[in-house]
Amino acid sequence: MLSRKRKRIRLIFLGLTLLVASALLVGYAMKDGIEFFKTPSELIDDPPPFGKRFRLGGVVSPGSIEVSTDGSVSFEVADQSASIQVIFFGILPDLFEENQGVITTGILTKENLFSADEVLAKHDENYMPKELVDSLKERGVYVKPLKD
Amino acid sequence: MIIEIAHFSLILTFMISLVQSTVPLFGAQKNWVNWMRLADKTALIQFVLTCFGFGVLIHAFSVSDFSVKLVALNSHSLKPLIYKITGTWGNHEGSMLLWILIINLYGFLIVLFGKKLPLGLRCRVLSVQGVISAAFLGFLLFTSNPFSRELYPPANGNGLNPVLQDLGLAFHPPFLYLGYVGLSVTFSFAMAALIQGKIDAAWARWVRPWAVSAWVFLTIGISLGSYWAYYELGWGGWWFWDPVENASFMPWLVATALLHSAIVVEKRNTLKSWTILLAILAFSFSLIGTFIVRSGVLTSVHSFASDPTRGIYLLIIVFMFILCSLTLYAVRFSSIKSINQFTFLSRESGLVMNNLLLSASAVIVFVGTLWPLLIETLLSEKMSVGAPFFNIAFTPFMVLLGLLLPVGALLPWRKSKIKRLKPSLLAIGIFSVVSGSVVWSLQTGTRILGPVGVSLSIWIILGSLFDVSKNSTIANGKFLRRYFRLNNLPRYELGKSFAHIGFGLMIFGISAVSAWEVEDIRIVHLNEPYQVRGYTFELIAVSEFPVSNYITRRGSLLVKKDERTLATLLPEKRYYPVQATTTTEASINSNIFRDIYVVLGDRNSENSWVVRTYIKPFILWIWIGAFCIAIGGVVSLSDRRYRMASSYSNKLVKL
Repeated sequence: MLSRKRKRIRLIFLGLTLLVASALLVGYAMKDGIEFFKTPSELIDDPPPFGKRFRLGGVVSPGSIEVSTDGSVSFEVADQSASIQVIFFGILPDLFEENQGVITTGILTKENLFSADEVLAKHDENYMPKELVDSLKERGVYVKPLKD
Repeated sequence: MIIEIAHFSLILTFMISLVQSTVPLFGAQKNWVNWMRLADKTALIQFVLTCFGFGVLIHAFSVSDFSVKLVALNSHSLKPLIYKITGTWGNHEGSMLLWILIINLYGFLIVLFGKKLPLGLRCRVLSVQGVISAAFLGFLLFTSNPFSRELYPPANGNGLNPVLQDLGLAFHPPFLYLGYVGLSVTFSFAMAALIQGKIDAAWARWVRPWAVSAWVFLTIGISLGSYWAYYELGWGGWWFWDPVENASFMPWLVATALLHSAIVVEKRNTLKSWTILLAILAFSFSLIGTFIVRSGVLTSVHSFASDPTRGIYLLIIVFMFILCSLTLYAVRFSSIKSINQFTFLSRESGLVMNNLLLSASAVIVFVGTLWPLLIETLLSEKMSVGAPFFNIAFTPFMVLLGLLLPVGALLPWRKSKIKRLKPSLLAIGIFSVVSGSVVWSLQTGTRILGPVGVSLSIWIILGSLFDVSKNSTIANGKFLRRYFRLNNLPRYELGKSFAHIGFGLMIFGISAVSAWEVEDIRIVHLNEPYQVRGYTFELIAVSEFPVSNYITRRGSLLVKKDERTLATLLPEKRYYPVQATTTTEASINSNIFRDIYVVLGDRNSENSWVVRTYIKPFILWIWIGAFCIAIGGVVSLSDRRYRMASSYSNKLVKL
C-alpha cells in the first residue's frame, strides 16, 4: 500500500504529463491548423510562402466571375487598392454574387493566383464574416445591413 | 395590452428572483425555517410567470403581431405556422427568454423532485438558481427586451432566416438549452455544498441524476444540431469545429467527466473536491458557450444580431459567476476531505484517467476556440483555427480514452484482480486487431484511419458486452436464466454499457466516413448518366415551382446500382423572396451502410447543372451511436437508487 502522499504525487505527475502532452500537441497542431486572414492588398505587401494555407477576404469584382466547362469558377477578390485572381472548383455558396463580400480558404499557387478549396459568402442578408466586416470598416466601405 | 402584462410579469419575475437569491440563503445561515421555506414558493411563482411571458411571446409570433418589434424583425405573415412558433426562439431575445424559462423550469423541478432533500441544502440550491435566474433576467430586461413595441407597426415582418425555417429549430435549441441550463443545477448543488461545507455520498446520489439528465439533453441537442447541419447546410459535413459547435461541446466533455467522477463520490466517498470543481467548470463552460454564441463576438447562423452592450453585460455575468464560484471553492477547498484510498489498478483510477483525458481534451477545444479571439485582442491579427488543428490535437485523447475504456470499466472497485480478466481482455484485444487488419487488407488504398477506427470500436463494443455478460453470468447459466439475470442487473450498469457501446459505434461511424467517403463535383447534363463508386446517377429533370413562402428549383436524379433503381433523389435550391435569399436543400438516401448525398448547384448552361455527389459509408452510425449514448443515460436514470434518492427521508439528516 502506497502512502497517501505518494499517491497524490503520482496523480499530480500524471496530470502534468497529460498537460505537457496536450501543450505539445497544441503547438504541433497549430503549425498546420491555423489559417491567417489576409486582404488582397495585405497579400501583395507581404505574400505568404507558396503552399501555405490562409484565408483571403474581400469583395467579388463585378464582371470577373467566369465558369469554365470543367466546372471550375474563377473570379477576382478585391479590396480598395488591389485584387487577386481566385480559382475554385466546386459549388459556390448560395449568396455568392458580384460586389458581395466573400472569404476563401486555400493556397497561393502562382503570383496573384489563389487556388481556393472553400468559399464562404454571407450566411443571410445580415450575416457577414466578422473579419470581412472589420476590414471593410477600416476602408470605410462597409454598408450597415438594414436589420439591426 | 397582453404584451405589456407579459413584460410586467418578467419584471416581477426579476424581483422575485432577487428575493429568492437572498432571503432563503440568509435564512439558511441563520437557520430560520420560514425564510428557508420561501425558496419553494418563489421558485414556483417564477416558473409560472416565465411560462406566461413565454406563452405570450409565442402567441404574438403565431398571430404575427407586428406591433411587437421582435416579431416584426423576425417573422412574416406568409410563413407556415410551425415556423412562426419555432421562430419565437430563432432570434436573440426569444432564445434568451427560452434560456430563462428553462432555468426556472429546473427550479420548479428541484422543488418537485427535491421534496425530501434536506431543507438547508434545497433552499441553498434554489438560492443559487435564483442568482443565475436574476442575472439573466437582468440581461434580458436591460439589454434585450423581447416585448419592445414598434410605434408604427409595419404591414409585414422581415421574416426568419431561411436556414432556420426547418424542423430542426423546433428541437435543437430547446434540447441544447435543457442540457446547457441543466448544468446550472449541478453547479447550484456544488455551490450549496460549499456554502454549507458538507459533501458526502448522499450529496453525490442527489446530484448524479441531475448531471445525467442535463448530459442526456446536451447529447441529444448536440447530435440533433450536427444532423441538422449535415442535411441543411449542404456541405456534407457533420461537424465543422466551428466555435459555436465547440461552445456546446466543451460543457459536454466536462459534464461527461462530471458524471463519471460523481460515481466515485457516490460509491467510494472520494474525489469530492475534484467533482465539485468539475460541477463548477461544467456550468462555467456553458456560460462561456452562451457568451460565445449570444454576444456576437463570433458570427455564425447562431448569432442573430450583435450589440456591444450585450456582449459586455454577458461577459460580466460570465466573469462574475466563474470568479465567485472559484473563490468560494478555493476558500472551502481545505475543508473537503476525501478519506478512501485506492490502488493503481482499480475502477477508481480508471475513472480518474477518464476524467483526466476528458478534461485535457476540453482544454484543447477551449484553446482552439478562444485562440483566434485572444490573438485578435492582443496582436490585432486575424486568423482562424480550423479542423486540421482539432484533428491533430483532439483525436489522440479520444483514441487513448477508447483504449482505456473497456479496461477501466471492467476493473473492480478498490483493488484489482486483473489476472482473472486478463485472458478475456486479451482475446477481445486480439480479435479487434485482427478485424482491423482484415479491413485493412480489404480496403483500397493505404490509409490507416479506417482500420484503426474499426479495431478501436470493436474493442470498446466487445469490452462493454463482455462487461454485461460477466455481470449476468452464473455458474451454469442457461440462456434464459442469463436473460433474467440481465433483467435484474442494476439499471445503471446496463446504462453504462449502452453508453459505452454508443461511443464505440460513434467512433466506427466517424472513422469509416472520414476514411472512405467519396466526393464528386461535376457538370451534369440532362439525361447523361454518370458514375460514382459503382452507383449510376442520371439527372432526369429540373423543374421550378412555388411552394408556401419560397420558390423551389428541384432536380430529379435517378440512382441505380447494377441496373436496379435504388431511389429518386430530389435536391433543391429554394429562393425566399422576403429575404431575397437562396438556400440549398440536399437530398439524402440513407441506410445503415451508406448515405448517398446529392446537392444541386448553379445552372451551367441551358441543359446542365453543377451537381455535387457524396457517398458517405456508415455515416448514420455517428448518430445511432449518439442516440445509444443518450439512451444509456436514460436507462441509468431509471435506476432504483435514484428514485430512492429523490425520496430520501428527512429523518436521516436530522440524526
